[in-house]
Amino acid sequence: MILKELLEEEQFELLSGTTTDKEILNTRCCDLLSWVMARGSEGTAWITVQAHSNIVAVASLLEFACIIIPENISVEKDVLDKAHDEDVAIVSTPLDSYGVFKYFYEKGLK
Amino acid sequence: MKYYYDFHIHSCLSPCGDEDMTPNNIVNMSLLKGLDVIALTDHNTMKNCPSILELAKASGLLVIPGMEIQTREDVHIVALFPNIETAASVEALLDEHRLMLPHKPEKFGQQLIMNAKDEIIEEYPITLLASIDIGVDQLICMVRDSGGVAFPAHINKQANSVLGNLGFIPEDWPIAALEIFRADENQDLVEKYVKQYKILRNSDAHYLQDISEAVNTIDIPALTVDEVIKYLRET
Repeated sequence: MILKELLEEEQFELLSGTTTDKEILNTRCCDLLSWVMARGSEGTAWITVQAHSNIVAVASLLEFACIIIPENISVEKDVLDKAHDEDVAIVSTPLDSYGVFKYFYEKGLK
Repeated sequence: MKYYYDFHIHSCLSPCGDEDMTPNNIVNMSLLKGLDVIALTDHNTMKNCPSILELAKASGLLVIPGMEIQTREDVHIVALFPNIETAASVEALLDEHRLMLPHKPEKFGQQLIMNAKDEIIEEYPITLLASIDIGVDQLICMVRDSGGVAFPAHINKQANSVLGNLGFIPEDWPIAALEIFRADENQDLVEKYVKQYKILRNSDAHYLQDISEAVNTIDIPALTVDEVIKYLRET
């Protein structure tokens, strides 16, 4: 799935970043940044409740497809600005992580 | 007697530490700011402590060797040690639980080990940003057992804080102090914890200008590392 297709869905809103042709190869939900740093891979749609600026560095380093912030958690402007500078896509959704997994599974990301 | 302190400062060895945070610059800036005692607390390593301690000897500034250790739970704990040898031995213990992930300086900043002349001896190749695979309870005890002292760093920060990642401060932790970031702007938090803990107002400086001004004091009988550690260990 291409990020652009995800963003066409009503429940996913792009908050930052401009490149939307990144391919989503897998998804991971984890809130321990150091765990993600050690094990993450390219093309991940990373679901996390951590909404501070360090998530941008992790997503950028590992070339994630996007960060998905669930449950309508708000993201501060300074984080979005940093994400924009790094062209990291932060996506907001009202869904919880289970809901996001279900969505991807039903779309064939297995 | 009251002494001006800053017990949480990073050097150019921490990847997020500015390149200007060299041993000489840190000592000189601390003296300029009127500090009596500082601690060098890089992420998960004490490898810049020997050079800064060597420099500080002649300067009149007391420098305590330390580290800011990131535990399994991504919580930051500042550890201060009575001497370089103890700090090095604890780092050797951390190495047994360290994730040997190669560092990427172009993405995260350089990790520079320097000598007392601010010359680069080595670029530390393993990332200092990964967690040490030790739980926070165990880590605090390990530091204490070595003769050092541990306190939770910036308990009020969104990232890497005990309140952010654990949600609370366990009552049974053998700690006597905790660090509140920008305590002046967080008076409610100070009031909440001041009866139970000594509140430390350290800078967590990654840039020279952020090193604390001479405003925060500790009251100890003499300006020695042992007196500082004793003060921070005792409730």
